[in-house]
Amino acid sequence: MSESLNRQPSLSEKVAEITGISVNKCYQCGKCSAGCPVANDMDYSPSLIMRMLQTDDPQEEEKILRSYSIWLCLSCEMCYCRCPMSIDIPSIMDALRQKAYSEKKVNPKAKKIIAFHESFLDSIKWTGRLYEIGLVATYKLKTLDLLKDVELAPKMYLKGKLNILPEKMHGLKNVSGLFKKSK
Amino acid sequence: MPLAVYPGCSLTGSSREYMESVEQILKTFEIPYTFVEDWNCCGATAAHNLNRKVAEALPARIIALAEKQGADEILVPCAACYNRLKSSQKKMDEDKVLKGQLSEMVGMPLDNGIKILNVLEVIEQSIVPKLNEKIQAPLNFKAACYYGCLLVRPGNVLNFDREEDPQSMDRIVEILGATPVKWSFKTECCGAGFTVSRTDIVSRLSGDILIDAVEHGAQALIVACPMCHANLDMRRKDIEKATGRKFDIPVIYLTQAIGMALGIDHQKLGLNRHFVPVSI
Repeated sequence: MSESLNRQPSLSEKVAEITGISVNKCYQCGKCSAGCPVANDMDYSPSLIMRMLQTDDPQEEEKILRSYSIWLCLSCEMCYCRCPMSIDIPSIMDALRQKAYSEKKVNPKAKKIIAFHESFLDSIKWTGRLYEIGLVATYKLKTLDLLKDVELAPKMYLKGKLNILPEKMHGLKNVSGLFKKSK
Repeated sequence: MPLAVYPGCSLTGSSREYMESVEQILKTFEIPYTFVEDWNCCGATAAHNLNRKVAEALPARIIALAEKQGADEILVPCAACYNRLKSSQKKMDEDKVLKGQLSEMVGMPLDNGIKILNVLEVIEQSIVPKLNEKIQAPLNFKAACYYGCLLVRPGNVLNFDREEDPQSMDRIVEILGATPVKWSFKTECCGAGFTVSRTDIVSRLSGDILIDAVEHGAQALIVACPMCHANLDMRRKDIEKATGRKFDIPVIYLTQAIGMALGIDHQKLGLNRHFVPVSI
């Protein structure tokens, strides 16, 4: 009795606490995986992730957090739209990503995807808005992928699509403060 | 109260032609509007991937700013921003504690009652009734209306159009004189935010969209999302490399298509900014 009271909550319980969604509703019809545009690139398909969560097996949970799948999810919401049990899988993916990220368990293959997200958030923190040149520069520094899209920027500039300097906003402190308050 | 407009980052940067054409048609139909003052980024995909609190707080600040200006309605032309704002609004609606926390975080009162509208809703509501009489140059081509993901999904958050076979853009395009084609990729994902980090996936998914549009006889793609536009237009070379096919099909924002039918100068609609020439 006391053992069951003291045990650590499982990953599915933590997901339920954050999102309010129970993975136990999933009956493995596989529609999510069939409709997912990146299921073939994933190490575990969306329906398999749901099944692994249902097991509450710590080894399976570790595999999920260290999977590439959770970072490949594009949040296109197709799985949620087609799920006969209306399970909000994209929100579950968000919760899993944040857990993997905060516990430093991210899949090494996801390095570039995460570098892009981090560079994007850095731009908001520093300027309040997305500063596209800054985003790409930060991304390149993080990934050392220096030659990526070098031919794109001059063309964008000629088409008048690039701001050379970041836009200024008055409430920058307020916006940067949101990042501090979120901790 | 005049309509508040939240441009978002893309529409002041790499997709400014979308904003240019939105403003052109708002002016033509004499719809008064003001921009949300001192707006910030909505957080996009990055925020909800890495930081839940920030992902809700950034849209909450935008909602609070628009409400402070006294607006009852806010137009969000970018499908991704629209999706983030609607999502935060619903979360705050369902969780008053969260709403209180976010109000405190952004340092502003939050009524959260403002109506968040996408570009199609504003067009249907305020432009369609007067559209026929203003058309000068009917569009004489077959168009594939491409809605993408974030304009229509998730349905229970956006409550807008069908999630997989939406119709609103097709109806508008038909009024403009174009023939909307029936095709299968209306709401398939273009690869969205992976444009830099996994360009190969974007090229494949966007390539599938172009192939299906062309094979159904479309002569132009009509879009309402700057991410979809960027992937289908600016990534055209990558798409051609990935698919081994050549594509001439232009990608036009719905607001640009409306402007074209109204006879507005193409430069004013920003059509000259596209990578794939619009010669249709």
